[in-house]
Amino acid sequence: MAVTDDILEKSIDPTVHQMLARARDLGLETVWDRYEKMLPECGFGELGVCCRNCNMGPCRISPFEDQGPQRGICGATADIIVARNLIRMIAGGAAAHSDHGRDLAHTLLLTAEGKGGGYEIKDEVKLAALAKEYGIATENRAKEDIALDLAKAVYAEFGRQEGFVRFTRRAPAKRVAQWQKMGIDPRGIDREIVEIMHRTHIGVDNDPVNLILQGLKASIADGWGGSMIATEISDVLFGTPTPVRSTANLGVLKEDEVNIVAHGHEPVLSEMILAAAADPDLVARAKALGAKGINVVGMCCTGNEIIMRHGIPLAGNFMQQELAVITGAVEAMIVDVQCIMPALGSLCECFHTRFISTSYKAKFPGAVHIQFSEEKALDIAKQIVKVAVENYPRRVQDKVFIPDEKTECMVGFSTEAVVKALGGTLDPLLDAIKSGAVRGIAGVVGCNNPKIKHDHGHVALVRELIKNNVLVVTTGCNAIACAKAGLMLPEAAADAGEGLSGVCQALGVPPVLHMGSCVDISRILATCAAVANALGVDISDLPVAGAAPEWMSEKAVSIGAYVVSSGIFTVLGTVPPVLGGPLVTDILTRGAEDVVGAVFAVETDPVKGAGLMIAHIDRKRAGLGI
Amino acid sequence: MTQPKEIFVITDRCVGCRTCTIACAVAHSASRTLFGAVAETPRPKSRIYVEWAAPAHKVPLVCRHCEDAPCMHACISGAIRRTDDGVVITDTDKCIGCWTCVMVCPYGVIGRDLERHKAYRCDRCQDRDIPACVAACPTGALVYQTVPAYAADVRRHASGEMVKGKGS
Repeated sequence: MAVTDDILEKSIDPTVHQMLARARDLGLETVWDRYEKMLPECGFGELGVCCRNCNMGPCRISPFEDQGPQRGICGATADIIVARNLIRMIAGGAAAHSDHGRDLAHTLLLTAEGKGGGYEIKDEVKLAALAKEYGIATENRAKEDIALDLAKAVYAEFGRQEGFVRFTRRAPAKRVAQWQKMGIDPRGIDREIVEIMHRTHIGVDNDPVNLILQGLKASIADGWGGSMIATEISDVLFGTPTPVRSTANLGVLKEDEVNIVAHGHEPVLSEMILAAAADPDLVARAKALGAKGINVVGMCCTGNEIIMRHGIPLAGNFMQQELAVITGAVEAMIVDVQCIMPALGSLCECFHTRFISTSYKAKFPGAVHIQFSEEKALDIAKQIVKVAVENYPRRVQDKVFIPDEKTECMVGFSTEAVVKALGGTLDPLLDAIKSGAVRGIAGVVGCNNPKIKHDHGHVALVRELIKNNVLVVTTGCNAIACAKAGLMLPEAAADAGEGLSGVCQALGVPPVLHMGSCVDISRILATCAAVANALGVDISDLPVAGAAPEWMSEKAVSIGAYVVSSGIFTVLGTVPPVLGGPLVTDILTRGAEDVVGAVFAVETDPVKGAGLMIAHIDRKRAGLGI
Repeated sequence: MTQPKEIFVITDRCVGCRTCTIACAVAHSASRTLFGAVAETPRPKSRIYVEWAAPAHKVPLVCRHCEDAPCMHACISGAIRRTDDGVVITDTDKCIGCWTCVMVCPYGVIGRDLERHKAYRCDRCQDRDIPACVAACPTGALVYQTVPAYAADVRRHASGEMVKGKGS
């Protein structure tokens, strides 16, 4: 097993180096191999100038003036095509996050009706707070009755035709007024996504500016709607996260236990898998088959959901899903929705690993499908865990290779937990920002992407930020990268600048705060809104910035759009497919300032990206006179 | 003498994606990157073309660097010459923009650079081992081979076809 130079170039994570060398020995293909085979990627696609929205085409605009067509067959210019494609990506991302939120609302509804097969309302404080926000009476009412009204109210947000989405009103009044002025205050969640599909149909909206405004509108319905619903209702059902210690990286897999990797996004499934894995009968059966127990670990955002609520170890982020299987020690890879590579099917066939899909929305070649249902949640979860347990004797010991690398981390900083860590009020944080001890706050989020050295984009950018006294709040695959890099320990304060380090030491918190899964970027929005409201300013006035150093998904495009729409300058670490449209590029990087008070920047060097964020933070500090 | 390599086209494989045209323009840009090239003035130009031979074929066309090159004979200012590698090139300093080469080229693969008032064509990517268009083609429709090697491939294929069904 040789870790060659080309393998070292693919990731900063030692487990990835070991597993890629192992994959090479076994002749197995991974995402990195497929990426290299895909090169060079299509230039028309990279520039966003191909259109397949009608069958007169497909059309593509030549980026080089005197070569090829300059307009689509319908007459669409490069900017029209780029804008249409961009907001269709936003529609895809907003749909994914929001459908996740809808599933949570559905689970709350069933639970309130007594039809939830094992779910309960765990956070009554949050239930009451949300009920109050929605104007639902709470006095002398059973929690199920309140939950039923709340479930119906949040359910209604998706199909609302007129009015506004309730949680958008958490934003400062100035921000809401700006959204209204620009016509981008969403009327409902599904409606704005559907309207994107309508507008981008052949012969509808052909004004790049008008198209982008609708994209922003749908993205706001995601960040302050679908995603926020997903976060809040998850907290009601499964508990609001509080700081907890755990471990992260592939070394969390165990040689002598039944290993179950829970991969995907929605806690509706993973919470029940955890409950089932604790079932005494199943544990006894695992022991009877020679295992010492059942070891559930998380992958991607499912991993974020269960580590922050239960301290369940995290096996890795997006680019490590195949590597977990290649350890040969995984009895079952259980998935629901989003960011699950279809490559897992054929890969699992090379091992004893059972690849189990559970959502009727997400089926995969080579997977065993066990349909999950909230009404019979615990029973089905036990059935799934049983498949894993019974698979343990099929493990081939010669094929097992588990890297021994794993890192301690402290996770679970919900907005509520942050306030609690501060002593019950935001004031200590505001004071630290005013004094300059904390220069500002950066939200660093997003995926992995083989276009950039795995985790390098995340970790290099975050390290540069904390070194410069910028407190980092993180979710998604960036959070996992930071956990693995040891940045989520209070001891990591030593890597922070003097001011931030002092604040972290005083509070006993890491300089990089884990706020959850990708829908939990809504927690970052809520925190920014609370800070802005406390200071009596808009979010766009705050010394805050965002980054998605290794982004790849449509969800990330929606996230970027709603973060910028919320007034937060955002740096993208991989180039979005828009450069073929000069007007669209100009709107995103310059013109948006006049519309939402923030813009995008693209910087593929993470250290330089951090530099852009710090410069922005300093400008905002000067604007506030601090 | 070693045989020079030529760019051959397997027309059955071309899907008309024009990836070769982008790769060519980028290879002839100042920045040598796509995202840099689209921002350059004047825009870099592709020297390969994709035509449609109705109804079913898409055909990439690029300078054949003919042995007995009509353009070279016709050039009134002596701007067109052949390098030691067999590549026919236009010396832009000498080119007077009379377009005689365009008139005589049987493939129509010589372009007019409006900004520089010069003719331009495929230079076989002198600084690359494999021309950019060939390296970029996602379907293998462009092949960079010597004539004997390419012809041998064709013969092997043809002989297989000839004996098909005759048993062994």
